[in-house]
Amino acid sequence: MKDTTTTAGTVIEARGLGLTFQTSDGPVHALKDVNLTVDKGDFVSFIGPSGCGKTTFLRAIAALEHPTEGTLTVNGMEPDAARQARAYGYVFQAAGLYPWRTIAGNIKLPLEIMGFSKAEQKERVEKVLALVDLEGFGKKFPWQLSGGMQQRASIARALAFDADILLMDEPFGALDEIVRDRLNEELLKLWARTEKTIGFVTHSIPEAVYLSTKIVVMSPRPGRITDVIESTLPRQRPLDIRDSREFIEIAHRVREGLRAGHGDEV
Amino acid sequence: MRSVLPILAVLGAIVALWYAATVWLNSQWTYDQAARAGVEVSFGEVVADTLNQDRPVLPAPHQVAEGLWDGLAGQKVTSKRSLVYHGWVTLSATLVGFAIGTGLGILLAVGIVHNRAMDMSVMPWAIASQTIPILAIAPMVIVVFASVGLTGLIPKAIISAYLSFFPVVVGMVKGLRSPDAMQLDLLKTYNAGGWDTLRKLRLPASMPYLFASLKVSVAASLVGAIVGELPAGATSGLGARLLSGSYYGQTIQIWAALFAAAILAAGLVMIIGGIERGTLRRMGMAR
Repeated sequence: MKDTTTTAGTVIEARGLGLTFQTSDGPVHALKDVNLTVDKGDFVSFIGPSGCGKTTFLRAIAALEHPTEGTLTVNGMEPDAARQARAYGYVFQAAGLYPWRTIAGNIKLPLEIMGFSKAEQKERVEKVLALVDLEGFGKKFPWQLSGGMQQRASIARALAFDADILLMDEPFGALDEIVRDRLNEELLKLWARTEKTIGFVTHSIPEAVYLSTKIVVMSPRPGRITDVIESTLPRQRPLDIRDSREFIEIAHRVREGLRAGHGDEV
Repeated sequence: MRSVLPILAVLGAIVALWYAATVWLNSQWTYDQAARAGVEVSFGEVVADTLNQDRPVLPAPHQVAEGLWDGLAGQKVTSKRSLVYHGWVTLSATLVGFAIGTGLGILLAVGIVHNRAMDMSVMPWAIASQTIPILAIAPMVIVVFASVGLTGLIPKAIISAYLSFFPVVVGMVKGLRSPDAMQLDLLKTYNAGGWDTLRKLRLPASMPYLFASLKVSVAASLVGAIVGELPAGATSGLGARLLSGSYYGQTIQIWAALFAAAILAAGLVMIIGGIERGTLRRMGMAR
């Protein structure tokens, strides 16, 4: 791992991070002693079985959960302050578009709340609709779009206010494989074009390997990091890279990491 | 069109049952009259008489229809015998009461959803308020308001609001809480405050719940307004019409007023249904 001081290129930094939920069955250690540095422009995937704390970690970065131990900084700030500074856009597992708003209206939602002018709202909506390949769909209502298109609209919504960080919590988990492949490819293009830092939670090994520059393997009870793999794949990745030897080797290492962290349960 | 036949069949069955009940309930009077006059009556004569008495125990459908038609169309609308006049008096109190009740209900629901203290304290009172018979409250409201010089529409509207706020509170609390954790988290990531959350998420999400509540509450408003006309001897309104009918044994008048109230309620519910469809379609929530 890298040194522990925050450098200019560091976007997310966790040191000795722990998060314990108090439940009626006693404390649950969702995260324990998590150390991680994410640099600007990284595409970081968090992979692990359910209960390994990958979503909790992402939510802690977004200040939706609050760590009980250790330190966590986002853009050098406390997560709460980073949120107020609009440091990140968050994409949930479900698109979560408001059914009473059109696609354009949904993308405007964060812009309205953040107080952008009407003219700028319109301009930004057009821009992000183009980014996710949904030009001309602004006037449609969510139910008129397929699941994959809805999820693209929700990515557009997260991009609308130009945050440097994009946090995605299993965004394609509910979609079928074919749609997922295409969206993965598009996400990589988007990432290349916008140079965002992306945190991406998944439980698909091929998805994690295909997308990431850094793969964080996690294991449950307590939720912790068992391996951090720096991908050796080039940044330009056609879909058929998944048949390459390098890809298969990285996937193998991820699988080993998952198995090691999980005992005999896999 | 397919649905017309079953509706007509049910309606026909109700009317037939009603006629049968009319003959049965009113026959005692006919037999008593015949016995007093010392004559025998055939079954045919009994039927003919029971369907056309002046003060029947149960008026026949055609008598009620006649009374209703006479009340609605047979009088000048300013006449004290016009159901349009009385209906308007009741309707105006209903609408004012409905507006107050809906406004109060929404405000209470917003308070309950946003404030834990209100959540714990208001709901039990709201429920308790509805367990007290409105007939017990109505005279007190009338008396209290009369003592400060308010009579007529306002006290009736208050009684009407008393009945109508409750369905709105219950429906709106449910509706305002209908957004799931993910939708609330999403707004949190935008650093949205309570006001934005209410305006952009909770209120629009609660619309289907609101309209369901409004349909119940508008009918309750009408009941409240009518009940408000019963005590203190009001001289106008459908309630007053019911009351004077029962004083003088004018059963046909009572039934005509009842049907006028039912038609009014059905009309109000239909208007709300129409607004609901229009609103939800404009919001893209009706498929």
